[in-house]
Amino acid sequence: MAKMEYIDAIRLAMKEEMERDDEVFVLGEDVGVKGGVFTTTKGLYEQFGEYRALDTPLAESAIAGVAIGAAMVGMKPIAEMQYSDFMYPATNQIISEAAKIRYRSNNDWSCPVVIRAPIGGGIFGGLYHSQCAESVFFGTPGLKIVAPYTPYDAKGLLKAAVRDPDPVLFFENKKCYRMVSGEVPDTDYIVPIGKANVLREGTDITVIGYSLPLHFVMEAAEELEQEGISAHILDLRTLQPLDKTAILEAVQKTGKVLIVHEDNKTGGVGAEVSAIIAEELLFELDAPIMRLCGPDVPAMPISPPLEREYMLNKDKVKEAMKQLALF
Amino acid sequence: MTPKSSTTEVSRHVQLGLSDEQAIDMYRMILMARKYDERAMLLQRSGKISFHVSGIGQETAQVAAAFALDRERDYYLPYYRDYGFVLSVGLTVKDLLLANFAKAEDVSSGGRQMPGHFGSKQHRIVTASSPVTTQVPHAVGIALAAKMRKQDNVSFVTFGEGSSNQGDFHEGCNFAGVHKLPVIIMCENNQYAISVPFAKQSAGRIADRALGYGFPGYRVDGTDPLEVYRVVKEARERAVAGEGPTLIEAMMYRLSPHSTSDNDMAYRTKEEVEEYRKQDGLPKFKQYLIDCGIWSEEQDEALIKELTAELNEATRYAEQAPYPHPSETYTHVYAKTEEGAF
Repeated sequence: MAKMEYIDAIRLAMKEEMERDDEVFVLGEDVGVKGGVFTTTKGLYEQFGEYRALDTPLAESAIAGVAIGAAMVGMKPIAEMQYSDFMYPATNQIISEAAKIRYRSNNDWSCPVVIRAPIGGGIFGGLYHSQCAESVFFGTPGLKIVAPYTPYDAKGLLKAAVRDPDPVLFFENKKCYRMVSGEVPDTDYIVPIGKANVLREGTDITVIGYSLPLHFVMEAAEELEQEGISAHILDLRTLQPLDKTAILEAVQKTGKVLIVHEDNKTGGVGAEVSAIIAEELLFELDAPIMRLCGPDVPAMPISPPLEREYMLNKDKVKEAMKQLALF
Repeated sequence: MTPKSSTTEVSRHVQLGLSDEQAIDMYRMILMARKYDERAMLLQRSGKISFHVSGIGQETAQVAAAFALDRERDYYLPYYRDYGFVLSVGLTVKDLLLANFAKAEDVSSGGRQMPGHFGSKQHRIVTASSPVTTQVPHAVGIALAAKMRKQDNVSFVTFGEGSSNQGDFHEGCNFAGVHKLPVIIMCENNQYAISVPFAKQSAGRIADRALGYGFPGYRVDGTDPLEVYRVVKEARERAVAGEGPTLIEAMMYRLSPHSTSDNDMAYRTKEEVEEYRKQDGLPKFKQYLIDCGIWSEEQDEALIKELTAELNEATRYAEQAPYPHPSETYTHVYAKTEEGAF
């Protein structure tokens, strides 16, 4: 087993899947010769050639639409959106087409496409290189949505996405690319879509989240342990379909729950998680459901103090966890 | 369409490589589409079905294009007026009527979609939605798959002149041009996007846009099936030879209102419609076959009788066929997996 960065795990997943199956290919802007603006697809062009690491014209709806067409005849395309902020021109292709192809054809046609898109800020990306797009697509039945936090899950979930018979949106966190590293087996394994994962067992409070903020939550939990607060932490990993059983079990462990994500609060994934808990477990709660999310402003500003204000960090998360524990 | 003027001159369809039987088959499909369309209008007006969107006036181009393709292996991405096309590549009037009645046996969607949203994997008719022109990038993706797999099938996609203004049209054409993909992109220019006339949709010719994508574009008389056949056949030859896409703008006129929910007299005149009715490709092609000496009024009457009987039977069948069970609302959101559907 090798320790590697999150971005390397994503690259390894694509390489392994492309070696396994000739019908798997990557397409997007700058994914070929350059190897991706973040180097996510580096080496694939050299190993698999021009068409399987395909540089496309700069047009996101075509990237998604062409991938959907190829997927409908049995190819396994991985379409890359350079930033999730630039994914919106492809929204019609994703929501009106990919999500509905199986349903509208009464199971005659299917669309096994993977669409990868980097989310998140904290990289001085300003409004249009920092967004979290997941809530735009969340709540569209027919789509599966994953958002890994650990390198292990990034590899395993991407491989599962490629093999999935339905469209999967793979939201990778660009701040995690180099900041998060961990053990990643070089063996062929998958992480099942639809299953959350307990990152840490605890007894006082439950924290539910996904993607980068879990990094801060884990750090805060270590410190709070010293202060006598024990946190139980659940990584959703898959946003759609949500692992309801795991959510309810995690909440029942402590009776107090904090939901954390970088996407803005209103209409975010946390709202649905919160509703599930309220519907099923309201009378088992020892404190009101608490959410810590990005602010409800259009997007993240670039100036350092503004970006810091917008972003979650260890201190903000720790403060919220403490408040919940003390309730 | 000028028929042979003497016995020594070879008629146009023969020059194009079509046998007399094939020419008559084309006519049969055009007439079948027309008769189906008229029946569906009647069923809607009599309250038997809720909605119909008509393709009357466009059948000649649709059928001719289908006959020019390889109907054993090509992929089709028709749009919602393409009854003549889908009938020519394998759907039946029974299939179409089952969709009109939204019955469980509807092959395209099991009663889920509006009629005219064709799909049949068996016949390589790719499932369609209502937001227009999303199918152009799909056709390009299927052509990309053919190129990557070194298969010699082409994809054929149609849409209206109004929807040629969508970004997906441009994005799809551009992608196909860059990679010289085997795709035929045919605009059925029927002069109206619901109420908005062509002059208010585009200041130029759709066919001319091909220049910007780096492949040929042709404008053809869509009411002349032999001319459409020739152009689509050449486009297919180019595609399989690795020479890339072709854009075709088939000129025609939408003789019916946009749909059964539309009153076209709110934006065009009866006189205009009547003027274009004189250019209807269906009677013109019938006359051509008669002039060639391979068709007659008697044969035509017999064919109409036969098609009417087929339509009567299909209507009866579709009307009596069962609706989908309410539990079908919940099926096929995702593939069934070992753990069960999500």
